[in-house]
Amino acid sequence: MEFINQPWPWYLSGVAIALIMLILQLSGKKFGMSSNLRTICSICGAGNQAQFFRFDWKAQKWNLIVVLGAIIGGFIAAHFMTNSSAVLINSNTIAHLKTLGFESAGSAYVPSELFGANAFADPKTLLILFIGGLFVGFGARYAGGCTSGHAISGLSNLQVPSLIAVIGFFIGGLIMTHLIFPIIF
Amino acid sequence: MYKSEAASWFRIYEMFRFEAFHMYGIIGTALAMGVINTLLIKRYDIKSFFGSSIMFVPKEKGIRRYIIGGVIFGLGWALAGACPGPMFTLLGAGFLAILIVIIGALLGTFLYGLLRSNLPH
Repeated sequence: MEFINQPWPWYLSGVAIALIMLILQLSGKKFGMSSNLRTICSICGAGNQAQFFRFDWKAQKWNLIVVLGAIIGGFIAAHFMTNSSAVLINSNTIAHLKTLGFESAGSAYVPSELFGANAFADPKTLLILFIGGLFVGFGARYAGGCTSGHAISGLSNLQVPSLIAVIGFFIGGLIMTHLIFPIIF
Repeated sequence: MYKSEAASWFRIYEMFRFEAFHMYGIIGTALAMGVINTLLIKRYDIKSFFGSSIMFVPKEKGIRRYIIGGVIFGLGWALAGACPGPMFTLLGAGFLAILIVIIGALLGTFLYGLLRSNLPH
């Protein structure tokens, strides 16, 4: 029982993710989360504004179910399988985050400074969350995939374009973390 | 995602600081298994649950879209601490603020759709 309530080791998650991809492959589908964003846009009528959203989204319903699964999984994991949700990252990382103003580092799952009550009230926080999402959505569609589609599915199939995308992901992440964070936080 | 902390903003930050193996372990393990599974399916022509052949569609060739799109994605990934999968996991876990990120992601997707024909691919 204890094992269920503790954070899980990385290999378990890696295996689970690969298993999901396998089940999808064996169902004649692909593992890729960001295409769901496009599907949702189409459902909301984006097809009226751009050709890109005019496609048979109903054929993508299976992928929306994967999203539903992720939501339910998060719900079950957070509410029934967690004693303490604090994420114990490297103590150096915690120390560094505190100098940037993230007091909640080491004692929360996500920074309360960004995801707490401030999120809907403080303009800076709102902007950070929104722009973060904006870039993820835009970048993922431009690159034709996110971590699931490229780093896992694409690289599993030894696709060079996916390698380029992943290198891009990392360059972007490093720029943000090392160059931009010190400026905005 | 949730139990292994892959949905945690802190873990993503830690990953980009190279201060732990954790996230690399998750992605690496998934990738290692994925490579093996894919090879086995191809080598033994394993059929899907529905009896049909499993097709692997190669990604479109190119460089610019992957690098530019990739960098933009990475910037957002580090800022929000979540990519599309974990966004929904966090929603289920009750972190309602992630809705702002999700809305941003949907709008970003929409923006791409609008600008697409003007962007280098």
